[in-house]
This record gives sequence, C-alpha cells and structure tokens, in this order.
Amino acid sequence: MKQKNYLSPYLAGIGLGLALLASFYFAGRGLGASGAMMRAVVAVEKAVAPAHVQANDYLKEYSGGTRSPLSDWLVFEILGVLAGGIISGAISGRVRPETGKGPRISVRQRWLFAVVGGAFFGFGARLARGCTSGVALTGGASLAVGSWMTMMAIFAGAYMTAYFVRRLWI
Amino acid sequence: MNAPIAIVGNWSEGLSFVVAFLIGIGFGFFLEQGGFGNSRKLALQFYFRDMTVFKVMFTAIITAMAGLIFFSAFGWIDMDLVSLNPTYAWSGIAGGLVMGVGFAVGGYCPGTAIVGLATLKTDAPFYLAGILGGMFVFGELEPWLHGFFVSGFWGDRLTLPQVLGVSAGVVGFAVICVALLGFWGAEFLEKKFSRPEEIK
Repeated sequence: MKQKNYLSPYLAGIGLGLALLASFYFAGRGLGASGAMMRAVVAVEKAVAPAHVQANDYLKEYSGGTRSPLSDWLVFEILGVLAGGIISGAISGRVRPETGKGPRISVRQRWLFAVVGGAFFGFGARLARGCTSGVALTGGASLAVGSWMTMMAIFAGAYMTAYFVRRLWI
Repeated sequence: MNAPIAIVGNWSEGLSFVVAFLIGIGFGFFLEQGGFGNSRKLALQFYFRDMTVFKVMFTAIITAMAGLIFFSAFGWIDMDLVSLNPTYAWSGIAGGLVMGVGFAVGGYCPGTAIVGLATLKTDAPFYLAGILGGMFVFGELEPWLHGFFVSGFWGDRLTLPQVLGVSAGVVGFAVICVALLGFWGAEFLEKKFSRPEEIK
C-alpha cells in the first residue's frame, strides 16, 4: 500500500482537540500518557518488592492499594492510543519498520540516544507531574497556571538543547 | 449540568475504562495522522524546519479550550467537577526543562512514542525503555527530592483567569489570538528553514 501524506496539522489538531474535549466532557479529566507508564513501573516493582513500594509514599500513590497498579483510567486510555495509532497507520499505509533519525548518525547511535532522551523525559515528567499530554495539552486547554509554565519550560529546554544535538537530526 | 457525564452519572469503573479506551483511540488516531509517530518529524520542530508539533498542539489546545469555555457558559459542564492540574512552580519548571532536554535528544514524548510503537518505528521501544528507566529512578529518589518536588506550591486549582483577574472568555480569546499569530509565524519559519526533502 502506498504511504499517504500526513493530515493537515490544523485538521489533526482539531481532531486531537475534540478527543481532549470529549475526555473532559465524559470523564471529567484530560488526556495523559506518562502516568500510565509510571503505573507499569510500579506494577513491576510491586511484583518484585511489595514491601519496598509500601515504604515509599510516592510509589504507594501509584500502587493501587490492594488492587493492581494497572487498574487505572490512564492505562486503558493509553492502550486506546496504541490501538488508534495502529488504525491510523494501517489506513494510511504507514505501519512499516523505520527509524527516525538524521542522515549523519547510524541506526544504533539513534537507538542509544533514544534511551538517553527517554530517560530524561521520564524523569522530568514525574518531576513536573505529567508530560506533554497530561500537562501541556490538558493543562493548557484548562488554563492551569502551572501547566502553562511547564509547557513553556519544555519548549525552552528543547530549543536550548537542540543546537548541541543537531547531528542526531539534521 | 449533566457533565462530566461519568461523574454526574456515577458511572461504574468498568464503563469508565471502556470510554477511556475509546477516547484513547481518538487521541492516538489524530496523533498518528498529524505525523507524530515519526521522531525526526517531531525533532525538526526544534530547528524550525517542520513546525507541525506547534501547529497541532496549539490547534488542539484552542479547540478544547474554546469547547470548555462554551460548554461551561452554556451550563453544559460543571468545571468544578473537572480535575485540574495543580501548580507547583519550581518542580514544574525544572521538570519541564528536563523533559525538553529529553525531547530534543530522544525525539519523542511519551504519547508520541506509543504511536511510534504502533507504526513499528524501531526507535520507539528504545525511547519507551528509557522513559521507564527515568521514571524508576525518579520513584526511587523521590524521598530525597520530596522537598523540591512540593516546592513552589501556588494552589491546587490555580487558573490563568484567576491570576489575571479576568473571565475565562477573555483569557481564551487572548490565547486564540496568540495562537493565530503563532501559526502565521510558524508558516513563515517553515518557508524560511524547511528542506523539501525532509517534510512529507
């Protein structure tokens, strides 16, 4: 199947905005992503070392008490994101192995930097209580002060770093 | 007021989870349609060569924001029942800066990495593994970072209209004006910096 062009960013944005609005309207909360991933981390920790999770108030918050940490709204939402991505990719002919990178680095180098970048993002997302979905998008639309500050900090951090890692992308 | 429907209607957890899955499908679908499954397309934002991230994000923000403001004004949704992000200024700014570094180095953010995984991008699982590692480290260090984590607490439901002392409608109108100006600027930057072979 021939790969289709991406949708206009403005149309994609309206679609995304309506999904977010539906989330507020039906569930009374916005979208998210990193919270579900933290629950996956705590699920593993809870399985391996339950007493350790109990002893850490922060981890305990994600531990689901007597239930599984994965019994959570965000976990089901993020499974939907995966399904939605597959559906969209399938109808547009974009489900195909590919590595996003600039021409000057190898695939292996890209994988290494993906782990490093992910680790920074994961740490930062917990420190800021959410990521681009749960804070920037959701908090941005609901006009939360802290979320706007975090959103601007994300862009500032990325633009300040971009020059030093330009070899990865351009 | 009949919304948020799940809260007003006292939905069962099972029904809420089903709807969470359906809403997630919409979220993932439009992320992928916008090109957010491709890390390089996302990263080119930071070199002004492809401004898709900004355009999609701000279109989504003003769409949902305008919807919330109208729904609230029409009496369709009780905003007091909608959860709102708290404001912890210092950890919020520091965490944002760290996320920015991760975005520029890793190309993805958590949600877009899921969409990358959905479309078999080979860098997405590595990025996701990094995220889980970074979160594990934060969770283990939180007892030592706790003081900073709760610093700069300005309020649980602090909003821009409260701080500026004007109605949500006025703030919303201003945000839309800034976004439109931003879209014009984004188109200008793309024309100046984009390379045709890089943008699909």
